[in-house]
Amino acid sequence: MTTRLLINGRARDVDVEPHRTLLEVLRDTLGIFDAKEGCNEGVCGACTVLLDGRPVSSCLVLAVATRGKPITTVRGLERDGDLHPLQDAFLRHGAVQCGFCTPGMLLTAYAFVEAHPHPDRAAIREALEGNLCRCTGYTKIVDAVEDYARNRCG
Amino acid sequence: MRMIEGGHGFAGDPRAVGGVGGHIGAPHSVVGQRVVRHDARDKVQAATAYAGDWAMPGMLHGVVVRSPYPSARIRGIDTTKAAAMRGVACVLTARDVPRNTLMTDVPGQTTTVGPLRAKLHVLAEDRVRHQGEPVALVAAETLEQARDAADAVEVDYEPRPGVFDAEQALAPDAPKVHDEGNLLAHWRIARGDVDAAFAGAAVVVEGEYRTQFVDSAYLEPETGVAWIDSDGVITIRLSTQVIEHFRDVADVLDVPQNRVRVIGAYLGGGFGGKEDVTVEVYLGLLAVKTGRPVKMVWTRQESLLARAKRHPYRLRYRTAAAKTGEILAQDVELLGDSGAYAYLSALVLLYSTVTACGPYRVPAARVQARVAYTNNPPTSAMRGFGAMQTVFGYESQMDRVARALGLPPADVRKANALRRGDTLPVGQVIETHCALPELIDRAWAGLGAPTPPRAPHAKVGRGLACNLQPYGRIVWLHDWASAWVGFEMDGSLVVRCGCPDVGGGQASSLCQIAAEVLGVPIDRISVHIADSALTPLAGTTTASRQLYMSGNATLKASGELREQILGVAAKLLETSVADVDLAGGEVRAADGRTMPLRQVLAACARMGVPRSHLAVYHAPAGEPVDLTKGSGKIFPDYTFGCHAVELEVDTETGRVRLLKHVAAHDVGRAINPMSVEGQIEGGAVQGLGYAMMEEVVLEDGINLTTSFASYLIPTTVDVPDVEAIVLESGEGLGPFGARGIGEPPIGPPAAAVANAIEDATGARVTRLPMTPERVARALRLLT
Repeated sequence: MTTRLLINGRARDVDVEPHRTLLEVLRDTLGIFDAKEGCNEGVCGACTVLLDGRPVSSCLVLAVATRGKPITTVRGLERDGDLHPLQDAFLRHGAVQCGFCTPGMLLTAYAFVEAHPHPDRAAIREALEGNLCRCTGYTKIVDAVEDYARNRCG
Repeated sequence: MRMIEGGHGFAGDPRAVGGVGGHIGAPHSVVGQRVVRHDARDKVQAATAYAGDWAMPGMLHGVVVRSPYPSARIRGIDTTKAAAMRGVACVLTARDVPRNTLMTDVPGQTTTVGPLRAKLHVLAEDRVRHQGEPVALVAAETLEQARDAADAVEVDYEPRPGVFDAEQALAPDAPKVHDEGNLLAHWRIARGDVDAAFAGAAVVVEGEYRTQFVDSAYLEPETGVAWIDSDGVITIRLSTQVIEHFRDVADVLDVPQNRVRVIGAYLGGGFGGKEDVTVEVYLGLLAVKTGRPVKMVWTRQESLLARAKRHPYRLRYRTAAAKTGEILAQDVELLGDSGAYAYLSALVLLYSTVTACGPYRVPAARVQARVAYTNNPPTSAMRGFGAMQTVFGYESQMDRVARALGLPPADVRKANALRRGDTLPVGQVIETHCALPELIDRAWAGLGAPTPPRAPHAKVGRGLACNLQPYGRIVWLHDWASAWVGFEMDGSLVVRCGCPDVGGGQASSLCQIAAEVLGVPIDRISVHIADSALTPLAGTTTASRQLYMSGNATLKASGELREQILGVAAKLLETSVADVDLAGGEVRAADGRTMPLRQVLAACARMGVPRSHLAVYHAPAGEPVDLTKGSGKIFPDYTFGCHAVELEVDTETGRVRLLKHVAAHDVGRAINPMSVEGQIEGGAVQGLGYAMMEEVVLEDGINLTTSFASYLIPTTVDVPDVEAIVLESGEGLGPFGARGIGEPPIGPPAAAVANAIEDATGARVTRLPMTPERVARALRLLT
């Protein structure tokens, strides 16, 4: 069945079987590898995308159910080809190691700061609980999100 | 959360370059800087092509058929039904594998067990020895078709009695996992008069400790794509720490080794779990059989089910000390569970044996270490490689000695700390600076003011633990790494090195080293890594060795190239080589004249002077030693560290809340302080996972923790911020005096937590992980 997906502001008409997850369609049908598959059971957060601005595990969402709703992957954060300030904060703070969790982590953090512009470290940690990272130990990720939130509000 | 300390006060030359040579500018302009890694820039944009982000036209999907039984005889396999299913390209069993049996020699084995020739089958033949053991392979047009066909492979199993515990495996009547018997390896150290030392001790502390199976749990499961490239070269692009496994693939396929090429993608984590062969042999078999590209992605459940784990240990310690806290002797007995196959167990056990007494002077030591086959999942390399389990033993003992004598635990450790010139029980002399006393002081002070308890039944405590971790491979393995560095005509630079990048910044560090030596801005450097056909081989990204080994190779290649270029530049400027320098992408003479690099490179071309250099770095080598005679060097060098933790114990529930974690390591030289801190912070948190929550739960060989919902690793809310303290003694054997830091930070946390729990409550936890239930038992809230 042809379904119109709105990915990073672009409409894509895709022939989708009704049982396919959004993650499968992004990766296997469209060749968009921005979301990673870490567990395929909604635990690790590596496949996080924003659906209507809210972070979801794309391995748990059926692609047809997203019809017409805006989907944002990490590339959708970029502005005119420049890194988003949150991406830049991750770089400056060394919050990236293997990088497999990074796209999901960025999207969860972005949506959180949009909704909570003045978070403290404990609140940032609560918000990122659903995104596993095995490399960094999280300290630098929290540093980066804290710094981004602070600068965002000037 | 960062603190960088200079190396003042240390005896070593801070600019020592490990004897490799090459001009080292001072002060360093790139080395030591918080450089933003090129791979990180890619990763925040999802621009990195991981192994799974790769597809080929006409690609098949491969699936492994795995044994549901931990111990069974295979009476027969019928693939007829599966092979006839729609979309199925092939179904392979052991008889389709050209060389199904792999034999591994473990060098240096000097025990009653005899020279180790461990056997491993690519696909099971007449027996399966652990749940999840590969039995057959399927390739089909779609993943669903491959999975359906895998389910349709009919294997006739006859379940057999198994053995699921290392102690039981060594009982005389235990079921034999392999015909040769269940004792896989046995290492021993005997040094000094242990019995006399115990007889004369003021205090003797005995303890038994148990550690658990844990999983590497990298976020990217095992993944790869294979295809047949031009001239029939079997090409496999995958997530691996060891591209040299192209040789294993060739052996299994019975083709010349130069007909297999392995391309290592940037990894989504490794931690030792991608050191052994994973998907590459299966991909090679399927690609050759079908002549088509094949992709194989193991599911998380499959990875947790069947991939090699960290060895669980039983550790028995008897420690003799004088009234002053001086350690007089250690009597240590270690027993590890190898699971069903040898993999790297004998070497993991050697690391445990060598490190069993910790970073301390121990004049008399007896260490008996054994590892046994069971029908559990295989165990093999994981960050720390056997030098981790022992920290829980020796550092729990150090605290108990201090407590028994009424001395501060920090003081007892400082009094016994190794110094340059001291000899480890194995007979290796420590040849570099050991900063343990300073690390202890800094870590302990880093905890700052005590946190008040949150409730009357909450108790706050503090603990510390030190460790030593070898970096670089065992000296009798004659380790080497090579790197190629060359200028393009426009003055941009290319680095080629066979080093896989597991996410620790391995490739980026090589760029920093080349940039430093050759005066090229780092954004003018491209680095090509991990291709067994096109990059000079650099060995495994394991054993905390890549910065040390590939770093030294890159330093050497860059230094030689610098001499070549400066020789030409000096002629062009009619001055001496000593009066020209490379900086800012140009040549600068002492008298202020400059010349564009491009011009010098053009002259090189005219004069026939190469614009590139290939260098090989050989690590210090040695011969296998008889450990019991205690006469030799085992490892090139060690990295020392100390972690301090503060935590709160709920004395009504046994729940532990981690409050502060300070982790101090002497890294020799921080090439990129941001990456070094990242290793320390991440290693500490993996160590806290080991301490608090992680456990592969097995019931008679059946894995009950095959999802991330049941195998729990730390999330953001389980751990505190980690404060990394980076000491730079300049004493390492790596480039610019760097030491390895990949593995060391995972060692101390578990013991530091156990020591802090005792500090808070008086109760000692001796079994990992220290779940609320185990802490409650130690507090006698449960019986």
